[in-house]
Amino acid sequence: MERDARRGAHVTSPRTVRPYGDKKNDGAVQLSFTLPVAKSAAAVEAAKRYVSKMGVREPYVTLAEAIAPEFTYFVVYGRATHDVDLSAIAVEETPSATLDREAIDAEIARRFGRRLIVLGCALESDAHTVGLDAIFNMKGFAGDYGLERYHGFDARNLGAQVPTAEVARQVRVAGADAVLVSATVTQNEIHIRHMTDLVDMLEAERLRDRVVLVAGGARVDHALAKELGYDAGFGPGTKPSRVAAFLLEEISRRHGVGALA
Amino acid sequence: MSGKLDLPAAEIERCRALARTVAEGVRAETEQYTTVSTERTVLRLLGVDGVDADEVPIPNRVVDALQKAGRLSRGAAVWIGSAMAIGAADPSDAARRLIEAGGSVPEHPRWREAIAPHVERGLTRILANRAERERRVAAHPAEELPLLYAIVATGNIHEDVIQATAAARAGAQCIAVIRSTAQSLLDHVPYGATTSGFGGTYATQENFRLMRAALDALEPEIGRYVRLVNYCSGLCMPEIAAMGAFERLDMMLNDALYGIIFRDINPLRTLIDQNFSRRINAVAGVVINTGEDNYLTTADAVEQAPAVLASQFINERLAKDAGLETWQIGLGHAFEIDPELEDGLLFEIAQAEAAREIFPDAPLKYMPPTKHMTGNVFRGYQQNALFVLTSVATRQSIHLLGMLTEALHTPFLHDRWLAIEQAKTIRTNARHLADEIAFRPDGRIVRRAREVLSGAGQILERVAERGLFGALADGVFADTRRPRDRGRGFEGVVRRDADYANPFMEAWSATPAGART
Repeated sequence: MERDARRGAHVTSPRTVRPYGDKKNDGAVQLSFTLPVAKSAAAVEAAKRYVSKMGVREPYVTLAEAIAPEFTYFVVYGRATHDVDLSAIAVEETPSATLDREAIDAEIARRFGRRLIVLGCALESDAHTVGLDAIFNMKGFAGDYGLERYHGFDARNLGAQVPTAEVARQVRVAGADAVLVSATVTQNEIHIRHMTDLVDMLEAERLRDRVVLVAGGARVDHALAKELGYDAGFGPGTKPSRVAAFLLEEISRRHGVGALA
Repeated sequence: MSGKLDLPAAEIERCRALARTVAEGVRAETEQYTTVSTERTVLRLLGVDGVDADEVPIPNRVVDALQKAGRLSRGAAVWIGSAMAIGAADPSDAARRLIEAGGSVPEHPRWREAIAPHVERGLTRILANRAERERRVAAHPAEELPLLYAIVATGNIHEDVIQATAAARAGAQCIAVIRSTAQSLLDHVPYGATTSGFGGTYATQENFRLMRAALDALEPEIGRYVRLVNYCSGLCMPEIAAMGAFERLDMMLNDALYGIIFRDINPLRTLIDQNFSRRINAVAGVVINTGEDNYLTTADAVEQAPAVLASQFINERLAKDAGLETWQIGLGHAFEIDPELEDGLLFEIAQAEAAREIFPDAPLKYMPPTKHMTGNVFRGYQQNALFVLTSVATRQSIHLLGMLTEALHTPFLHDRWLAIEQAKTIRTNARHLADEIAFRPDGRIVRRAREVLSGAGQILERVAERGLFGALADGVFADTRRPRDRGRGFEGVVRRDADYANPFMEAWSATPAGART
């Protein structure tokens, strides 16, 4: 707020929100977590105090279960005291043009007169292809056809466990327009390291500016992807057509070819 | 015709005959080769273990030396035996001498005699473990089915022990330690206790030993024997089978088709390795789990159901030919149909019941929903409840517990506990449901089951006609083409000499328990 005031702009009045249970501002939240202590009255009290420290009033422990000799699992309800000011939030929304497959194919043909080459992969130790397949495979996901079904894309699914150096090589050899990176294994933040390595590799090989780089995965969002040097990030549940529309617009922008009429 | 689905017995018989043709073709094409991993396994069975100063396993060093010297085609045992016949104290000393000699020692005519006590010792150790398992299992009341199977995957074996013992106390009957994601592509087995894996923990013999000891220690407290599971697939398939046999693992994921299709492992290499690994598992009394569930996670679960069944027929035959008995063949399948699909649950029931009736005595391994898990943990918990109910209603044998946080993170301690609680409750609550169910003879479930069986028959015809290698090259499975001479590990395939020798294979082939039945 203060920053807005200093700028002298017309100050938006704060719009605070708090969780909603059954009436405005009641702050109703449910929490579940495990404490590494044996179940006892003291453990239950510890859970209450812990939740209080999180800013939740009137903690009500509905479940305290000894799930192992030295571990107790809790479900706790309570009333959150914190609030957030919506008017102070500036977040970049993931780009989402809404075109269907036929329209995207038609636009690619009109703007480029060729098929756009899109590579997809999971990096290094990540052996999972579920997300990648959902976006690439002909069959697609939730009734939305995958990139392989599009006439406008030459979609090449390189599969899982592709070394970053190999991705860079394929980008150069194929003259790829875009690379989609799927990150499934996120243990110890390994996905961050692999995703960053790829950006570094492409930059070192002077390829970064030639391709649109997109990340996807269960723990990926647009903000994270941007932070790591990607052009966009898509979280779980993203349909192929949304990625396709983004690729069309971003590749067009890069090539300075006409946006939608 | 029999069973609740009244499936045509003639069609099932025809599928089995086609699978026999397929397996016969695999045998004809693979029996003239050995592989680096098969020979490393022979060394391990002889007691060669450990790593050198560069962390390279000794079995790899020996086999590399033999391959460079052009001597691997006779079989590693010949050279270990020869080195012993001329003075090496034991197989480990022989291995050291072979490495120093660059793989070249003269063949000794009495190599077999020199090695015989060590072959015997390896065989005895495996059989003793099997007897030990049988003794322990028999000491407790009969187990409730389906067996509840939980996964741990922290990357750190010591942390895995904490998670595994918690799960076992809560009611898990099988504990699988997921391997680090890249391990299936390593052409060696890491050594020692490990604490840094990704998406799982390295399969090493020491890690096997640590987990086995922790689960055995629980036995008096919980009054049950807890089965330990690992992954004998990828480039080191038979080596891991040998390590598992030595450390009394009880179940092994063991499926060449999975490695070929989803990990691009060379078909020839891994089918040769599979045969030897299954021989070991057969003798060790291990229950194998096959990986057909994977067809469903990567493609549409309704469309792929016939491919799953076709693969089960082939896996059953290949397993029996390797000496596994029916009770050891845990054919895989999964509950992966889109929960939004109308009557999807009916299809799941049809497919699960069909698997049960077609393979009545096999310990079927039923895998949970993964593909349509969304991050809505409440919906996920509901999907898992339907999965357990289907599992109980169709008498599945091994039930891999679904996690409400699937697709989010490796399970937290309480995620696993919630899954075990759910499965135990439903298993008890619906105890005799399977006895009470009859299906409408002209209903959706019966029609679907027949459709899947007929589709499997059509796939098996194509595979039998082209041979398994031809079918893999054509992309019959999961729309993925895998030519016979491509893929990872092909360089490790070696044509056998006419006088090739593998004393373990010889011992086990002489008593083909369950084979040719």
